Amino acid sequence: MYQYNHNDQILIEERVAQFRRQTEQFLRGEISDDGYRNLRLRNGVYIQTHGPMLRVAIPYGILNAKQLHKLAHIARTYDKNFCHVTTRQNVQYNWLKLEQIPDVLAELAEVQMHAIQTSGNCMRNTTTDHLAGVCIDEIEDPRSYCELIRQWTTLHPEFDWLPRKFKIAVSGSRDDRAATQFHDIGLHLVENENGEVGFKVLVGGGLGRTPIIGQVIKPFLEKKHLLSYLEAILRIYNLFGRRDNKYKARIKILVKETGLEKFTEMVEQEWAQIKDNLEITPERFAALKLHFAPFDYDKKAAENITFGQYQKENKAFATWVQHNTVEHKIAGYRAVFLSIKHPDSPPGDLTAQQLDTIADLADRYSFGEVRTTHRQNIVFADVKQADLFQLWQLLDLANLATPNIDTATDMICCPGLDFCSLANAGSIGIAKEINELLDDMDYLHDLGEIKINMSGCMNGCAHQSVGHIGILGVDKKGTEWYQITLGGSSDNDAAIGERLGAAVAKHEIAPAIDTILKVYVEQRQEDETFLETVNRVGLEPFKEKVYANH
Amino acid sequence: MQIIKNKQLIENHWTYLEDDAPVISGNICVSLARWQKEKAQLSQHAGNLGVRLCCTDDIAALCSDLGLFALIELYFDDFMDGRSFTQAYLLRNRYRFQGEIRAVGNYLADQAFQLSRVGVNAFAPENLQQTFATLDDFTVFYQ
Repeated sequence: MYQYNHNDQILIEERVAQFRRQTEQFLRGEISDDGYRNLRLRNGVYIQTHGPMLRVAIPYGILNAKQLHKLAHIARTYDKNFCHVTTRQNVQYNWLKLEQIPDVLAELAEVQMHAIQTSGNCMRNTTTDHLAGVCIDEIEDPRSYCELIRQWTTLHPEFDWLPRKFKIAVSGSRDDRAATQFHDIGLHLVENENGEVGFKVLVGGGLGRTPIIGQVIKPFLEKKHLLSYLEAILRIYNLFGRRDNKYKARIKILVKETGLEKFTEMVEQEWAQIKDNLEITPERFAALKLHFAPFDYDKKAAENITFGQYQKENKAFATWVQHNTVEHKIAGYRAVFLSIKHPDSPPGDLTAQQLDTIADLADRYSFGEVRTTHRQNIVFADVKQADLFQLWQLLDLANLATPNIDTATDMICCPGLDFCSLANAGSIGIAKEINELLDDMDYLHDLGEIKINMSGCMNGCAHQSVGHIGILGVDKKGTEWYQITLGGSSDNDAAIGERLGAAVAKHEIAPAIDTILKVYVEQRQEDETFLETVNRVGLEPFKEKVYANH
Repeated sequence: MQIIKNKQLIENHWTYLEDDAPVISGNICVSLARWQKEKAQLSQHAGNLGVRLCCTDDIAALCSDLGLFALIELYFDDFMDGRSFTQAYLLRNRYRFQGEIRAVGNYLADQAFQLSRVGVNAFAPENLQQTFATLDDFTVFYQ
């Protein structure tokens, strides 16, 4: 992973000092409420139902063991022993005290972490594929480009006060696992007809209140122009993005209202004036790539035979291997998903003890590194197959081996009404009810790949509009109701889910999901997945059963 | 009144004229609208000239006149509106404006450092000391 140099370290330490001063000035009444609000947001601090929440940046989702231990220490010392993995690969603390946040940030800086630009109307953390560098369908490892973008976006002086937040995602593989079609800018590493690798650039995608699929603004961008092209898009957005209505301020609305053709022309015109001065040299690319060089893999890893034997002898282990691990580009290795969707705890929540365990296990089994995923799980990207049986047992002891990755209980879920001041409805409680409904593992596995995404309000932090099943909490005269959508997807076949019908009451939502899954089982043909069935039969059969008694 | 210019506290030598205020002697600054209306007359002014831009003004429309100004004021109506940052960048980097670029109006002391990095070299804030203290917040940056 990327190793900080002296200047990287100085920058985050100076940021801590700046925020400490801002907080002290605010507490003395020397900065207005509105002014401080905007400054704290740019340091990841929200004021939530129970007090301040801190969102810590995990650049493109990579963490090392030392950083995990620090997150554990912070959870224990300053929070109620928890942290929460978000859908943009970051982590959040929900129970901090405002006056202690500068100290928390100073602790994070000790391990090269920060909360810079994790909220506010600015460029946010860049995200990528959690299998970057190890997956079998990769065109090129995107991580060095993510780091380049991380540096460029960090404290960019011109683009810190945008019309609205701005998110960039990068994918280097044929299967998009980073939801790049739903980001303000999505970057895909692609090969052109001459065999050169560059970027396909998408713009104007996004979720939230108005979900829109991003459009291609540049089919092939030479790598050396990456930053100048980003700068051109950001400059046009900063100048012309709407500022009169916060719900129309994202770049997706600017692209929609301007029209892609005209918008592209504006960007290209701007780009023509800056591209020659901002080229990235081959030396700089090469230096960044060194940080992500492959690990020293065991060349004999594939010779191990116990892995196959254990799978034959132990059904539970075999099931876990099938659901929670995937192929690695090096023979004899696999990437392992740690499920943070145990039925007894809220989706995405980790305790301090679990964080410490993950750090220790990463050190022992996966070169000391882990990744967070946008579906709120953790990945050990580089585990030898010979180690999997032992690792599985140790993960199971820590409640991190539920074999439910990509199944209906691997739900994306926002903190909802329990924590968030924006929420209209609870989500954690509903997740628990759905879990109870699906406690039969054989049934769960028979249902296959189903992505349920659930948000407590239409800001859509849990990406409900691209869930195969989306659940959206709404407020009706002070009571919690839930809208259901079907058929969304954030993968290559990007689609926005369609509304099934009228919202259902809180006590009806888990039974409605149960009904939807039963209709799928009735309707499916052979190996058809849930999404394929929905796309083939449409909403009608689901609607009929869900609203049968209405 | 004191202002910050090139990281020093100095006396202000400029007067901003409201659109209906009579022209006075000395260094004067006017709105873009007034400049466009009274260009011929103002060009004859004995003192130095400045123009005040709000964040919606198009810099390109002014580029042929830039040589006439010793000062451009960027006026913040709302500190959250970041267009002035791009205006400053364009003035300094694209149109090579050499004179003083001054941030005026409603902005935060803690925005001064970033403004200084896009080309603003003078600040006329309400909270002079607080703003002054932020100008060395960072000794390193990426861009």
